[in-house]
Amino acid sequence: MNKRDFLKGLILFFPAGGLLDALAKEAGGAEKGAGADAAYDPAKHYYGMGIEIDKCIGCNRCVEACKTENNVPKEPFFFRTWVERYRVSRDGEATVESISVPGRGTREAPEDARETLRSFFVPKLCNQCAHPPCVQVCPVGATFSTADGVVLVDDKRCIGCRYCIQACPYSARYLNPHTKTADKCNFCYHRITKGLLPACVEVCPTQARVFGDLKSKASRLVRFRRMNKIHVLKPGLNTEPKVYYAQLDGEVR
Amino acid sequence: MRIPEQVQRLAIVIGVIVGGALVVRFLVVPRSLVAKDLHEATTIQREMAKPVKFAGSATCQMCHGDAVERLRGGYHKSLSCEGCHGPAATHAENPMGGKPPAPRDRKFCPLCHLYDASRPTGFPQINPTAHNPLKPCIECHNAHNPVPLKVPQACEACHAQIERTKAVSSHALLRCTTCHTAPERHKTEPRSARPSIPQRREFCGTCHAKDAAEKSAPKVDMTTHGTPYLCWQCHYPHLPEGRG
Repeated sequence: MNKRDFLKGLILFFPAGGLLDALAKEAGGAEKGAGADAAYDPAKHYYGMGIEIDKCIGCNRCVEACKTENNVPKEPFFFRTWVERYRVSRDGEATVESISVPGRGTREAPEDARETLRSFFVPKLCNQCAHPPCVQVCPVGATFSTADGVVLVDDKRCIGCRYCIQACPYSARYLNPHTKTADKCNFCYHRITKGLLPACVEVCPTQARVFGDLKSKASRLVRFRRMNKIHVLKPGLNTEPKVYYAQLDGEVR
Repeated sequence: MRIPEQVQRLAIVIGVIVGGALVVRFLVVPRSLVAKDLHEATTIQREMAKPVKFAGSATCQMCHGDAVERLRGGYHKSLSCEGCHGPAATHAENPMGGKPPAPRDRKFCPLCHLYDASRPTGFPQINPTAHNPLKPCIECHNAHNPVPLKVPQACEACHAQIERTKAVSSHALLRCTTCHTAPERHKTEPRSARPSIPQRREFCGTCHAKDAAEKSAPKVDMTTHGTPYLCWQCHYPHLPEGRG
């Protein structure tokens, strides 16, 4: 073999090796993708949640269950779902506090009944928007909408830039201090794809939370939307949330 | 016109560079590095593979059918097993590997049943300092079918919010029965036998009309004051606002 033949061989050898490797990897990757749970077809579902304000007793069972099910850090300022207490006073001023932060929720409401017009609890979570601002702003495409209407975070691609946390109008996201990636409610995706309810809906003692499939002709959520006057949070932002509130007060932001 | 040879050679070089770049981009770089659909599919797979910790009441029912049946027949019918007993998927897979905990102390039940003004009216709530202090709840109440130990005689056992509001109002000295008559059955079946509520302006007039016998009540002219509205359309009878 002379020098010319050797160089020719070298030029052909490396790209060919790369090509073969890439082809092999791609075939493997495609196989893996197709091997997903064959019984579950995301195109046949479109999930949403209903919340009936008048039924919420502010017991925080949903918050506890969510933290357990989804390994949310136990520190009292990381939440995938949380409950707020709204208090509207006689002068029309509304005060909001998260009762999911320990030490605040257990306090007996001290206010004078004369000074409070009304007070109530509002459970909050990711609204799984149909037009999610967090997906628009993600610089690496780590967060995306699935065919069944859930916004997921790819924690292997998330670079932890917190841009989505800033962009979310509902403050539904937080930065997980252990993985250093953005995290938020995903309707317990691993549960709903198996036909189970999200953990918060499962444990809610008064059934203030209703979960269901909007594509189904008869689901609890479809009936909930038929039987109640429905409102969503911040409709003016055109995010089209899929968390529907019944008996929502105008003061709720 | 003939293209100069140096331009031809340059074109070949540029062609090779462009072709090489295209080959690298579309063939050498694996698709798994750039394909959005593949990333999303693997994320969905990874999410779906996460372990379930709450098994769900339907799973509990397979073995504990009697307990679930008792639960569904009582006031706690909408509760989930794991709301009180904690996540039990591991117990469902391996029933011999330990029992899920059952809350037995006084701390747990007040999470829902502690009096809180923001809670919806009618939800049973207690004041733990006044309600049998230090006694564990389960000593008197069966959590799977909770009923009041004895039929409550006083209205405030259930209507605590109204009672507290009334206590700071000018109607504090009136008894509930002054305005409402409750059938005896209301104490055991509150929703199917409802207490009466006043229907006419003249009812309030028995104290507040100009010619009423009651001396201490503020008087109004029933013919002109607030007609045609009913009294309770402006004044909440449990907290009437006339006093300022």
